[in-house]
Amino acid sequence: MAEIENKITQLCPQAQVDTTGEFPLVTVDDAQWHDLASALKNQLHYDVLSAVVGMDWTDSFGCVYYLTNTSTHELLHVKVATTDRENPRLHSVCDLWPVANFQEREVYDFYGIVFIGHPDMRRMFLRNDWVGYPLRKDYDPASNPLRLEDETNEDYTCRWVEDENGKVKKIDGKVFEDDEYVVNVGPQHPSTHGVMRYRASLDGEIVKKIDVVSGYIHRGIEKMCEDLTYPQMLLYTERMDYMAAHINRHCMCMCVEKALGLEVPRRAELIRLMMDELMRLSSHLLSYGCLTMDQGATTAFFYGFRERELIYDIFDRTCGARMSMSYSTIGGVVADVHEDFVKDVRHACDVIEKALKEYHKLFTGNVIAVNRMTGVGILSKEDAIAYDITGPSGRASGWHCDVRKTNPYSLYNEFDFDEIVYENGDSMDRYMVRMKEMEQCIKILRQACDKLEAEGLQGEYCAPKVPKLMKLPAGHWYQQVEASRGAFGVYIESDGNTKPVRVHFQSPCFNLIGVVDLTCKDNMIADLITITASLDFVIPDIDR
Amino acid sequence: MFDFGIVTKWLDDLLNSVMPGWLTTTIECVLVAVGLLVAYSLIAMFYIFYERKVCGWIQCRLGPMRVGKWGLLQVFADVIKILQKELITLWHTDKFLFKLAPYLVLIASMLTFACLPWGRGLQIVDMNIGVFFIVAVSSIGVLGILLAGWASNSKYTLIGAMRSGAQMISYELSCGISILTIVCLAGTMSITGIVEAQADGWFLFKGHLPAILAFIIYMIAANAENNRGPFDLPEAEHELTAGYHTEYSGIHFGFFYLAEYLNLFIVSGIATLLFLGGWMPLHIPGWEGFNNIMDYIPSVVWFLGKAFFITFIFFWIRWSFPRVRIDQMLALEWRYLMPIGLVNLVVMAIIVTQGWYFGA
Repeated sequence: MAEIENKITQLCPQAQVDTTGEFPLVTVDDAQWHDLASALKNQLHYDVLSAVVGMDWTDSFGCVYYLTNTSTHELLHVKVATTDRENPRLHSVCDLWPVANFQEREVYDFYGIVFIGHPDMRRMFLRNDWVGYPLRKDYDPASNPLRLEDETNEDYTCRWVEDENGKVKKIDGKVFEDDEYVVNVGPQHPSTHGVMRYRASLDGEIVKKIDVVSGYIHRGIEKMCEDLTYPQMLLYTERMDYMAAHINRHCMCMCVEKALGLEVPRRAELIRLMMDELMRLSSHLLSYGCLTMDQGATTAFFYGFRERELIYDIFDRTCGARMSMSYSTIGGVVADVHEDFVKDVRHACDVIEKALKEYHKLFTGNVIAVNRMTGVGILSKEDAIAYDITGPSGRASGWHCDVRKTNPYSLYNEFDFDEIVYENGDSMDRYMVRMKEMEQCIKILRQACDKLEAEGLQGEYCAPKVPKLMKLPAGHWYQQVEASRGAFGVYIESDGNTKPVRVHFQSPCFNLIGVVDLTCKDNMIADLITITASLDFVIPDIDR
Repeated sequence: MFDFGIVTKWLDDLLNSVMPGWLTTTIECVLVAVGLLVAYSLIAMFYIFYERKVCGWIQCRLGPMRVGKWGLLQVFADVIKILQKELITLWHTDKFLFKLAPYLVLIASMLTFACLPWGRGLQIVDMNIGVFFIVAVSSIGVLGILLAGWASNSKYTLIGAMRSGAQMISYELSCGISILTIVCLAGTMSITGIVEAQADGWFLFKGHLPAILAFIIYMIAANAENNRGPFDLPEAEHELTAGYHTEYSGIHFGFFYLAEYLNLFIVSGIATLLFLGGWMPLHIPGWEGFNNIMDYIPSVVWFLGKAFFITFIFFWIRWSFPRVRIDQMLALEWRYLMPIGLVNLVVMAIIVTQGWYFGA
């Protein structure tokens, strides 16, 4: 910790480093921020911008940037603020970490902070005619009554640039040129997997550029959370990536437990871990189904769904629900597992293990499937890191980014499993990583079954001393887990009350849409579908 | 084996004895048209049901089960529903062409349908260029699809129509070449002639390797001609929502749908005619008893049975394979199927001239 402090003060003497929290906190002025950022990236290997959290501290606006070191997997966060409430401006770090492109657009959308040097300063989720910035503390909801007319296509974008004298100037630009053949894909489209919309500029069958238009199911979960108590907030975590419901909820629970200093019973943690892995298995089964169906192999889709039912039956028996299980809770899990839980899990593992062979037989070796996926939508390792593409998609590019391995949480340390990493980063590899990961899920689940049997099928499932009225001490916390589609992060900032000041969810799918344009460019329309299916994003997780 | 020619001749004679020739012809034409229309719609409905059930079976489902026993009435319910639906026309479309397109597709498949030999003596006109006629009229369909895509004035339909045009024109070559290979073996273009030539052995077995190759090429090309998976790019649900017929509703969409299923039956029928002996029963040389029993099965049953079997193979392919991409689809045709088909045709010509085929 002290070492990092020294290094950073050497790089930037004006920066203040605080190493008392869970991660080192660097506070820096906007004027030095870009230089420090570039030094952190180039000299200290903080290659990954894991999260950008927009903030309104009532006296100032700003961002908290979470950076990850790719060699040591350590996290660090940087606080940058501006006191100008009229025209809040920060310097963009888009040029260093391309993932900041969409992240900063989101911050602009909610806080109105303009990023100098950002190439495309448009709103991310909200309508173009939205008045004000909703996550500001002084935002008045009455300023945006329900609109009954359609939103018009906004082809104009702008960027702010700073000249040598420090004067900031706005430059207008266009998203698409007038003579481009722009095809609208979505928001209602069979293979966008939800209400997602792309505007694709085509040259014949070739895709030239893709503009991602998000926000069709944006529910403002982060804003809503500011008005909820911590146990209430848990409910929303499952409604982001519903294919990682347990995992997201687990993450939120861990973050609150960390803040409260709550000890979770080992048995509860084991049950949570099993649920997480079952969830991952079901998610990858669905992903297999959707990927195959998007390429026209409808039968494979049903095969994936058939086995997924087994897992949902397990959820049904233990949690009483199939989709939004609401099972984890702060301090443990809501109820003990069903008496046949272990038996059911073992059965599901056996069936799925056998079914996986069938899947490969039906689809993986098929000459059309191989030709459709091999070499299509290549994402290099450098790009995966720069765009913070974690999860199976990142590992397909050769990046060791499994949070279960890099920053083990829960009981993952005790389990023997492999991190599946491929090299090429094409659609085929992304597909294969998921297929292989399912085998690892089964491996973990079997070990967990043994442990649960050894430690008692019934027993303590929740911490006995969970406060009824939950008040987090003043401060902020960040917790990451490996969700089905990548690293999922929860940021909570509290002022000591029952309700948080700010909650931010760093969803893996949000980063995934950042590479749609990069990977689809100069491929065909059919490849667009293959690539987006192999990236496998869930729309509610993007929109939140 | 019963010859339906006796029935048709008796009817013709009967009509001729009581009325002038022109009236006979008119009445016969009307009868034939009514018969065709009925057969056309019945087969289409059967095929929709057939595909749903086969597809359900392949996908571990049951298929329609609610309407009627085993869902038998589901198709009727669907037909009634589609007839009631509003015909939506969009702004800025070419209304005449937009409405013409489904009929063109329907007419093309109807004309081809009329040429199929249903059984011994059960055929409408036996032209000496029957096969040529089939190839010619079946190509009208692509015009309808192109028009549909173009007249809809939508980007999706336009891409779908372009794909369709490229695909159907390309695969027509392979289709034609494999048909030519068999014409070469049969020595005639007359449909009856081709069937008769297979009395002592189906061409698939008779014609050595070239016939088998031609059969495989035909199956692939016919699948592509029909816009069915893995060659369903013009529709490509996951890319173009519904391709060229995205903007059609009600019975206009129904016509495309109908024609698609009928085309499936037609290509199966042509495969039956060219490679599996049409309505000829299965004969194995030397097995007289077996051959006699086979002769008792009516020729219509033979024809339909074989056609349905070929269709089953098409279903099987469609529900197993993912979709190919446009460049792969064109590469498959121009780099592989067509050159192989051409060589195959030459080989077949040599075999025929040298008399190397079985039963020569």
